[in-house]
Amino acid sequence: MVAYFREMFVGLWSLVAGMAVTIRYFVRPIVTVQYPRQKLTMTPKYRGHIELIMDPETNTHRCTACGMCVRTCPSSLITVEGVKVKKKKLPVKHVIDYSYCSLCGLCVEVCPTNALKFSNEYRLAGYQRQDMVIDLMARLDAERATVGLPPLPIPTPESEEETTSAEEKA
Amino acid sequence: MIVALIGVIALVSVNALFLIWMERKVAAHIQLRPGPMEVGYHGALQTVADALKLMGKELITPDEVDRPVYLLAPIIIFLPVLVLFLVIPFSPNLIIRDLNVGILLIFAFSSLTVLSILMAGWSSNNKYSVFGAIRSIAQNIAYEIPLLITAMSIILMVGSFKLTDIVAAQDKVWFVVIQPLAFLLYIICATAETNRAPFDIPEAESELVAGFHTEYSGMRFGLFFLAEYTNMFVVSAVATVLFLGGWRGWILPPVVWFLIKVYAIIFLIMWFRWTFPRLRFDQLITFAWKVLIPLAFVNLLVTALAIKLF
Repeated sequence: MVAYFREMFVGLWSLVAGMAVTIRYFVRPIVTVQYPRQKLTMTPKYRGHIELIMDPETNTHRCTACGMCVRTCPSSLITVEGVKVKKKKLPVKHVIDYSYCSLCGLCVEVCPTNALKFSNEYRLAGYQRQDMVIDLMARLDAERATVGLPPLPIPTPESEEETTSAEEKA
Repeated sequence: MIVALIGVIALVSVNALFLIWMERKVAAHIQLRPGPMEVGYHGALQTVADALKLMGKELITPDEVDRPVYLLAPIIIFLPVLVLFLVIPFSPNLIIRDLNVGILLIFAFSSLTVLSILMAGWSSNNKYSVFGAIRSIAQNIAYEIPLLITAMSIILMVGSFKLTDIVAAQDKVWFVVIQPLAFLLYIICATAETNRAPFDIPEAESELVAGFHTEYSGMRFGLFFLAEYTNMFVVSAVATVLFLGGWRGWILPPVVWFLIKVYAIIFLIMWFRWTFPRLRFDQLITFAWKVLIPLAFVNLLVTALAIKLF
């Protein structure tokens, strides 16, 4: 008889305790956001697709268009084209096809000038395959625009012969 | 009478729309998310959109069903629900018919729900539907006994089946203060009677698909849904009348007080749903016969004794 009533009261108390937990959650502020309108800031450690680092001193990239990333990429998805300006090589085009990327990070590790990093971009939905082709130079220009800088000028080769002669020497 | 009927149908529809929205909001906030937010202010028109979609859906009648019974079941679940509003006293004047057997009428007609669930489950010719119906009947019979006995202890104190008399008897103190155990038993039984979690085994969605209404689609399913939420309103209204002093309150008009109390009890039932896991079938029946019915009888005897003594 005592056990019967004890079981009843213990059971009832456990139910009340459970309800106390849920009502505390009920009055707590919500933790989710209405996604397309509100966004959470992504953690800085998030490894999205690669992008060019904007050097804080020069406000430009450090890429020398050496092509190490192009050669090391196991999926061959990086395209870099460069021109020589004043004995220095500069990229005119740095494009990745992200749909082939396996996020191995070899391009970031191999870069001799530390010009590449992982971006925080996580919104990767697109309507077509072409949407996954990312122009890193354009992204850098967009980043420059946020600090009020104009797009990088497109480097022009000093003279046609010099470029070709450099290629012949190599 | 026509005005009353139109009023009741309007109340039933608006109440169901509101309760579905409220249920989703309560569920969402207990799970730390906002719930419906897109249609209307904080998703207030979401259920209107859902109802319109439901009405536009095709009414599928499976080949092997028992046609007349299958078609009749959604109507039979919905009609008694309308009758129940006949005697609910929203305020001293806002009551359609103040019958002197009001509380009996409510319990008698709400029992018809079981018949409809049996018809729906049996005629669907689907094992899940039959299982849902069988469970529902065992459960409703088991829980109707303590429900009636607890209501009986209140009726003993008042000496009348009339709902307005019961409210009038609570002018000094609400019966929830005098009969806390009866209130607790009533809320438990009411949750079970309306097939709400944790007593929702007739439609246990994770084991029986949707239980007795698995084979119903479109507005036929909509009627079952409407009846479920209207039944919630009715049991809460009866709880308000029996235990919480009906329309009694201060400053605000009586109707507002009545609705505040009703929706507070509905919130309590929703709170149960998002707190407690579903009972197993044997636990459910054991609980009714071994705990609720003895307690209800003890409560009735003590009440009778107290009335005799004082």
